Amino acid sequence: MRFQYLEPTSIEEAMSILSEYDGKAKVIAGGTDLLVQIRNKTIRPEYLVDIGRIPKLDYIKEENDGLRIGTLTTIRALEKSAELHQRYPVISQAAGQLGSVAIRNMGTLGGNLCNAAPSAETAPALIGLSARAKIVSPDGERVVPLENFFVGPGEAVLKKGELLVEIQISPMPPDTKAVYLKHAIRGSIDLAIVGVAAIVTLEPGSNVCKDIKLVLGAVAPTPMRARQAEEIIRGKKIDDALIDKCAQVAADESRPITDVRASQWYRKEMVKVLTRQAIKEAIAK
Amino acid sequence: MKRQITLKVNGVEREVYVEPWWSLAQVLREELGLTGTKISCETGNCGACTVLVNGKAVKSCLLLAVKAREKEILTIEGLGENGKLSPLQEAFVEHFAVQCGYCTPGMIMAAKALLDETPNPSEEEVREAIRGNLCRCTGYVKIVEAILSCSEKVKKEGGGQK
Repeated sequence: MRFQYLEPTSIEEAMSILSEYDGKAKVIAGGTDLLVQIRNKTIRPEYLVDIGRIPKLDYIKEENDGLRIGTLTTIRALEKSAELHQRYPVISQAAGQLGSVAIRNMGTLGGNLCNAAPSAETAPALIGLSARAKIVSPDGERVVPLENFFVGPGEAVLKKGELLVEIQISPMPPDTKAVYLKHAIRGSIDLAIVGVAAIVTLEPGSNVCKDIKLVLGAVAPTPMRARQAEEIIRGKKIDDALIDKCAQVAADESRPITDVRASQWYRKEMVKVLTRQAIKEAIAK
Repeated sequence: MKRQITLKVNGVEREVYVEPWWSLAQVLREELGLTGTKISCETGNCGACTVLVNGKAVKSCLLLAVKAREKEILTIEGLGENGKLSPLQEAFVEHFAVQCGYCTPGMIMAAKALLDETPNPSEEEVREAIRGNLCRCTGYVKIVEAILSCSEKVKKEGGGQK
């Protein structure tokens, strides 16, 4: 595990280093995923680019057009943020189910997303909230829907020299409730076997679903929208039978693999269970 | 190539020469002789390496030593004074929360982080705080009892550890 350790103090410097050492360098923020991968020899970077000393990347701020979260915001800060608890509680709920306290103190939102595990804890809820990823490059900046941020297991959409700097979220529509549920062997400290985020908007004063987003984690190469399942419920009056049908479609839509944590069959079963539970919890709020 | 860094550990500044890939856990143990912090899973799962950095519990096996500059690091050796155990340490002894002792420093540091932030934790809060600390011996019950006995409320009522 030998590498050179570089500490840029500006975004420009970081991008320049990443461009120069493209393919040989890895960004380190909290390091909780990266160091494990390096020790396992899954990756062997020659350079670690520590962006932890770049100022002004750690923030949660409300602006007129919604919420902006800096890439270096720790998972623990997301979990504990009074602002998020009040306005976007599902983000805190998801963050609180990642690892353990110590991991959450070290790990960052940017790291969780750029590590791009299919089971990334923060992804389903943020995708369900239609979050956008602001990426800077030597040529400028671009904003990408978070739904399109993930290319494959462990692979994000970032190109040479690019850095994720911010996640942007529009205000939640009125009468919208969101829930993120994670199923894992020993609770939060294990990677998710299945993660389900349900964001449900009801017609005011009724049980009719105006809109719904269902996002599944750990059951496809990337976090995925369960679009067919959403179609079952969108625009209709929600009752138990409809929820059951929606849950079944979500399970059918999912594309899990069998791995050390669970079998494909079991994951599909748990998609059904968690989707049903998440929708019920969302509308009960 | 090694570089010289200054680490502030248990209130004392220490200069060490480290390779960039050395973890804080390794440096505490091998360069500073503070072997109370244990290295076990090296993947951030077991919590035996838990120390406090700026008051927050961290997995020192996943923290590069170079990243720990200019921060207040507190290890198990930093608790108690003049050879006398701190109330939290005493509580672990009194409640039989220590068997082999390997998880104990990490458990106590995690508990200290909790009690410093939440002086009157519920049992659920205690269990959440030590969720990242694995114990193969005790079954956790006595550990939880020891930590709860150190809550501010219990201490004020004259029970628990003084």
